[in-house]
Order: sequence, then C-alpha cells, then structure tokens
Amino acid sequence: MADDSLPLAAGQIEKSLEAWLEVEFTFLRVDTLAAELSSLPRHEQDFLLNWIRRSATTNIEIAYQFARRAVQVLAHMDRRVIEAWALHAMDTYDRAGLRPALQVIQDVERFAQFSHEHAAGAIFGDVSGILLTFVRGLSGRQLKLEEGDAVYTDSEILYLPAVIARMPRAEDNFQLCKAMVAFLWAQTRFRSFRANLFETLATYPDHQRARAQFHALETLRLEACIRRELPGLSREMRRLKAELHQEYLPQEWDPWAQELARPEATAEDSLRLLAEAYPAPIPAAVCYQGELRLEAVANTMAARMEREKTLLRVKLAQLLEELGKQKGGDGDTAPRFEVKPAQDEQAGLPRFELILDDMPIAPPEGVRQLLTSVYLDWGELPPEHLSPAGPGEYDPGLFEEKAKDPDEVWQGTYHEEGATFYPEWDFGRQHYRKNWCVMREKDVPPVHDGYVSKVMQEYSGLVKHLRRSFEAMRDEDRLLKRQIHGDDVDIDALVEALSDAHDGSEMTDRLFTRMHRTERNIAVMFMVDMSGSTKGWINDAERESLVLLCEALETLGDRYAIYGFSGITRKRCELYRIKRIEEPYNEEVRARISGIRPQDYTRMGFAIRHLTRLLGEVEARTKLLITLSDGKPDDYHDGYRGPYGIEDTRKALQEAKRSGVHPFCITIDREAKDYLPHLYGAVNYIVIDEIRKLPFKVADIYRNLTT
Amino acid sequence: MQARALNPEEYFVESEPYYEPTGDEVAIFEAAYGNRLPVLLKGPTGCGKTRFMEYMAWRLKRPLITVSCHDDLTASDLVGRYLVKGGETVWIDGPLARAVRAGGICYLDEIVEARKDTMVVIHPLADDRRVLPMEKLGVLLEANRDFCLAISYNPGYQSVLKDLKQSTRQRFVALEFGYPGAELERRIVANQAGISAEVAEQLVKFAHMTRNLKGSGLEEGASTRLLVHAGKLIAAGVAPVSACQSAIAQAITDDPEMLAAIQELSSSIF
Repeated sequence: MADDSLPLAAGQIEKSLEAWLEVEFTFLRVDTLAAELSSLPRHEQDFLLNWIRRSATTNIEIAYQFARRAVQVLAHMDRRVIEAWALHAMDTYDRAGLRPALQVIQDVERFAQFSHEHAAGAIFGDVSGILLTFVRGLSGRQLKLEEGDAVYTDSEILYLPAVIARMPRAEDNFQLCKAMVAFLWAQTRFRSFRANLFETLATYPDHQRARAQFHALETLRLEACIRRELPGLSREMRRLKAELHQEYLPQEWDPWAQELARPEATAEDSLRLLAEAYPAPIPAAVCYQGELRLEAVANTMAARMEREKTLLRVKLAQLLEELGKQKGGDGDTAPRFEVKPAQDEQAGLPRFELILDDMPIAPPEGVRQLLTSVYLDWGELPPEHLSPAGPGEYDPGLFEEKAKDPDEVWQGTYHEEGATFYPEWDFGRQHYRKNWCVMREKDVPPVHDGYVSKVMQEYSGLVKHLRRSFEAMRDEDRLLKRQIHGDDVDIDALVEALSDAHDGSEMTDRLFTRMHRTERNIAVMFMVDMSGSTKGWINDAERESLVLLCEALETLGDRYAIYGFSGITRKRCELYRIKRIEEPYNEEVRARISGIRPQDYTRMGFAIRHLTRLLGEVEARTKLLITLSDGKPDDYHDGYRGPYGIEDTRKALQEAKRSGVHPFCITIDREAKDYLPHLYGAVNYIVIDEIRKLPFKVADIYRNLTT
Repeated sequence: MQARALNPEEYFVESEPYYEPTGDEVAIFEAAYGNRLPVLLKGPTGCGKTRFMEYMAWRLKRPLITVSCHDDLTASDLVGRYLVKGGETVWIDGPLARAVRAGGICYLDEIVEARKDTMVVIHPLADDRRVLPMEKLGVLLEANRDFCLAISYNPGYQSVLKDLKQSTRQRFVALEFGYPGAELERRIVANQAGISAEVAEQLVKFAHMTRNLKGSGLEEGASTRLLVHAGKLIAAGVAPVSACQSAIAQAITDDPEMLAAIQELSSSIF
C-alpha cells in the first residue's frame, strides 16, 4: 500500500491527468505539468489534483489552463481564494461559455489583487449575504448587490469584485468590503449623481482628469456624510485608509475638504469646486472609493426616472380608486396629491406623507419607496409626478412585468425571462451550478370527460373502505378522565378518592377531566412523475391513484397539493399544477387529473427544490413530500443521466430534510432498491411490484406514513 | 423587602407609569371606558400596548388584571373552575370573572393565541349585554359598572391561524399602536434607560435600520422595548455594540447571517 504522506511521483500524476483530461482525444501535453506537480509536498498535490479533477468534469480546457497556472499561484494565495478562483471560472463557464471562463483563469492576478503571501481574501459569495442585508438596513432606495469586474454602482446595483484581498487579514478584507458597499450606498443616498453630470464633466478638456477630480471631491464630501450618519463605520474607514497609507491629502485640497464637510454641502458644491480643483494634483485613490462609471449611471438613471414617474402616477391613480374618489367626475379639476415631508427628519431622509384634499394619507409601502427613490433622483418631488395617471394614459405593458406564456419559450428568444432559477448539484465539481435549472410552473390542461366519476365507480368498494378507514384516523376531540389538571371535576374519580380516604389510603390527585383537542396539522405535497416513460399503464395507474388519494384526503381533512414534473434539458424544467395547496378539490382539479399526460424526461432536483420551497410557505407541524415515480432521475443531454442526476436528486432531498420536509417515494421501478436507499434513506420509500396495485396501495401507504 | 402577594382584583397601579401619548389614544380610551365599550389594541410587539394599559388603569384608578393568552388557554381558565378541597368541591373564579365582579380592567394580551372557545365567553361581555355566562355555575354574571374589557392583537403575524374573526373584532373600539416617531422614541428611550439624548438617538437610528429589514429576512424590527433594554445595558457600562447585539439582534433573530449583518449595522453607528 502506498504511503499517504509521500509525494506522488511524476509518473503517477501523469497517469491521473491523462485520464481526467482525456489526453487520448485532446492531445494535451501533461508531462511538464506532472513534473511541476511532483515537486510539491503531498498535501499541496492533493489539493491541486482534486481541483483539477473537479474542474475537468465541467470542461477539460478550463481544467488544463487552471492546472498550468495553479502551481505558481499556490505560493501566493490562500487556498480559499484558489478554490473561489476555480469555482468562479466554472460559474462563468456555466453562465457565459468557454472564452470568458478562460479569461478568468488567465486573469488570476486581476481576480485577486494579492500583494502579499497567502492573501486571505473576502470572497463575494461568502460576504454578499451579510452585506446585502447590511445595505438594506441603511435608508434610501432598495439596492441590489452583484458580482462585477470592479467596485462601482449604476445607482441601482452595487458591484463588488469576486475577491477582495488588499488587506493581509481576512477580517480587514471584510471590513473593506463593507466600507466599499457603504461608500457606494452613500453615492446614491447623498445624491452624487445628477441627471446631467456626465455632460457637465464632458465640458472639461480632459474628461478623465475631470472625472477623477470630481470623484476625489465627492469622496471627501461623502466621507463627511458617513462620519455624521455612521460614526462607527467612519472610524473603521479611517483605520483602513491609515493601514494602506492613503490618508495623505495634497495641501491645496484642505480648504475644499473643509468646505465639503459642511452638512449642507451637495454634489453641486463638488461640481463648483471642480473648476478650482481641476488643475490641482490628483490625490491617490482611496481603497474603498471604487470607480465612477458615469455611463452606467446615466443609462440606469434615465430609464429609472422615466419608469418611476409612470409607476408613481399609476400607483397614485390606484390609490385614488381604493379611496373611492371619483377622478374629475364633475368636470372640475382632478384631485391632486401633495406631499409634505413628515416631522421627524432626524435620519436626514424625509418620510413623506401624502396629502389629498387636505387629508393626510399614509402611503402604502410600495408608494413610499417610490417617493424616496424619486426624491433621490430629483432632489424634490416634481408636481407632475404627483398627478394620478388618467385612464388609458399608459399602457400597462410599459411598467408591469407580464407573466409570459410558458409555452412560448421556444418560439421566441426569451428562454429565461420570467422563470425561476434553481441551482443544481454537480457531483463532479462537488459544488452547485448556480441558477442552472430554468423552472416554470404550468397548468395541466383540464379534460372534462367525467374521468373521476368513472374511476370512482370502478373502485366503489375500495372507495367505501378508504372513507371508513380515513374517517377513523381523524383525531377527534375527546374527554380525558383522571387528569391532574382540567376544566371539570371527574366525579367518578372523586368518589373513589373519597372512599380511599375513608379507608385510610392515600387520595389520588387525578381528579379532573380535560378536553383533549388535537389538531392534525399536516401538509402534504404529491410530486407526480409525468415523464414520457409513464405512458400507458403507468399513467393510468397514477391518475387512478390520485383520484382515490384525493377522496381519502378529503375525508381526512389534511391539506395537500399535487404537482406533476417533467422537463427536457435544464432550460426547460416544468412543473405542472394539478392542485395547489389552498385550492379546493373541485371540478377543475378533477378535470386536471384526467388531463395528466406523459411529457418528457425525469429531471428531479429542481422539482424537489421548488416544491420544498412551496411547502416552506405553508404553516404546518408536519410536512411531507411524496414522490410517485417510475424510475431513476434522467434527462436528455447535459449528462443528467446516471450518477449526476442521482447525486443532484440526493442533494435536493437533503436540502428538503434540512428545511423540515419529510420526503418519501413510491415507485414501481423494480430496480429501485439499487438507488432509492441512497436517495431517500433505508426506510423512506416503497416499491410496488405491480402497476395494477398502485391505486390500491397509495392511500394505504399514506395512512401508514401519517399515523 | 418581601414580595407582596395580592389578589388580582386588588392590584391597583399606584404610581404613575411613564407613558408618552403618541396621539389621542388616552382621550379615546377614556371616552370608550365612559361609554362601557370594550377596546382592542393593535400593534407590533414592544410598542407600548401593555404600558398604555397600566397607564390607563392608573388614570382611571381601577385594578388591572392582565391575562397573557397562550395556545392552551381555555374558557374555564378565564371564567373559573371547581377545585377539590378537603373532600369538597369549591368554585374558584378565573381572572375574567374576578374583574367582572370587582369592576376592574381585564386585559387579555395576545388574544389570538388563546383557544377559539375563549371567544365565546368574551362575546356577550363585549357587546351591550355586558354579561359573563358561567355555564358550570348556571349563572349569568352581570358586569360591574366599572368593568372594562381590553384585548390586544398583533396584525403583523402573517398567519391565517392567528387572525381575529370579524365577529370578534367588530365588537371593539380599536386603537392602533405603532412605533413612536423618531423624536418621541428618542425621548422615551432616554427617559426609560437613563441614557444621554445622543446615545438614545443612535439607538433609535439603529432601530430604524432593523425596521427597514422587515420583510427582507426579519419578521419584525427592533421594538421600543428592546431599545430600552439596550439603553439600560449601555447605562450599566456595556459597550454599545455588544449591548445592541445582546439586547436587540439576538432577540429579533436566530439566523447567523442576519445577526452578522445587524452587528455590522450597529458597529457602523457606534
């Protein structure tokens, strides 16, 4: 047996690399690579080989390029950063294809600006959750946080690079990220951007210089704003600056700094001072100030100002309607809203109160946010924004997000619009593929053919039996006797106790009766296989089972939903609504059960994830996810068949369990014993050997599961 | 000093509780009381509903009987029940019956948590009949002139199970409580916690930040009560950031990421 601590020889490494990189077909040269790797200590070899293998499952070229650079990089970078680098390349590959992904690999220096050994960077994926919540807590417009190629904002989205590693310590890098986010927030909150900023700066002969100087002036102003608003953060920002030796400001800047530190200073003052500051030496950029991308800001702002004006006017019109006011009913002037900032202006940002005909109205949350956003763009609330839109003045298509017909997906160009994205577990990569599955919910087209009553007739004996046995399961209120505490005295117990006392024996204290009320509190989700392989017998058996099941569950009173799943490739994952959880079991649902038809393939991960999410929105003590299936997870193309699909499904089921959902599987696949224990656990599945029996069994299985 | 044991109906609020009115709620409550109308207090937790009741009990000089409702609270917990004492059964009045007899103010806190059958006994008390049916005694107890029923309810919980039925809510005069305005809240926090106006202002700013997060990960923002708690810790010498973490952040969420984000917010302010 080989010793685990000895480095691998070049020959061994070469063999592994040849296999992973499929040298036979790709003709990649791996001998020099293997030689380089063989000089490393074993733990470093293992680390790199592991990542080469994992990235090779995504794309061999990426893995090869990664391997070629990784050895040199290993000396400079923290392992976490290398991992993030490899994952970022794979994510880029998923999202944008090979060329941009290779760019990520080649630009490793840009990826992490490391200036010191083993940089312990803050990785976007790790910090974005906290920072997004952080920035949402600050006042102003609701901002988003995304990964970008630099630190900048377009005034709606704040962009941070994938890794920040300018400071030697991880905590400091996190603080730097926080400072960057706060600084970008301050640009939107304290109104750095005006509509014509871009043009104004363009009047200077050297645009770049004008922009840099303006940015420096604004940095001074915003630092002062942050000092007033968030003193703790401001201290931290000064410390970061000091550690990077960036606190030096050229002497001629002092008076401008003082002027811009006044609480009433605005971006106008910065622009005014720019005339003086333009020829002055440019101060060094501060670590958190990022870039000023005015083109991005200008585009976003122009679109937003138009959109929000429309939206605000439409929302005000809706508000009017809710208030029951007639709009210009008797020919005189239409009712007008006025806005007055509410009293407490301590946060600096006014809270607006709407006034309609001298009556103050508390604006709904959506309108309030719009008012704030409009105020931040315009510096005031222009009166024309406040006149409610007339009927038909705007086409709702301009501002409403239309629900697209899912069936048009392949006819048009919008493959991903309006869909929900789910990640998928790539077992080769040992990591999720982000936003990989494009999921849509569709309705099963109802077929009104009296199918359900036919089935009920056919199984009339069974239906009677089911009703009886499920009625018996209903946990009913009952009187518990001989309780220590209770609402009433239990006379029988009391008489006994008294006679006990006469006999000299001890008296019991169980003298009361109590009403026992149990609320059976179960929500169950049925996930029905609608793949092409269910065609014929299986589809019939599934539909019959559903009819009987619904009958049983209606008797029992448990809440339940039924969804069918199918799909073809990751771009077209579809869930078919048969019955929503709050929908009553009505004619429509019956017709939909009748309308269940086999579709495409059995991609399961997305369905489990989506239905788990739906269950998460239901309040119930016990939540069940029951799958009716006829075989292994499978899909056309992109390698879902085999271990990939099984591992993704397993991961999705683990996620479901973690969020408090109990998964269970009913299958008719006789080979299921080979893989289902791995997916659902040893006991959480049942194999039915004859399709014919399915309708007889399903309700029984459910009963056993929930008692 | 030894703890005093009092009968509920003898519990008078003796010294004036600190209460800052946010609107005309005091006048409305007095008018409702004068006309023997029951009152419903709506609002998020920790915004001063219970303190308001104490204040009104003190103003009206009536005993205050508070029942905090829980999901096992039944009608007999309110009305009363038979107990066995030395071989005999003895009737013991519940808190609601005591208040009805003594003419006190009965305050049922978080009424939606109680079992549905409790509503049945409240209904005849809450309309112009003003009687408490005591089924087990076979008695209809007519309310004392001075009796007053008040209930509270938090509409913020987005659960259909915790909604108040129309038949119940339409019997009450409803008072809505929200968080006080920034200036008022600062005064309350400074007064109650004994801290400087500046620190109180920072605490209130912090509270606003957490309230901005309602809906994006938090069920509720920090209440005024939590601000007072944090203020008291600060007054006792705890560093503000740790005080906010223990008294506020940990109290409103368990989610580690949310806790970290709130920590970052508080460290940005102090």
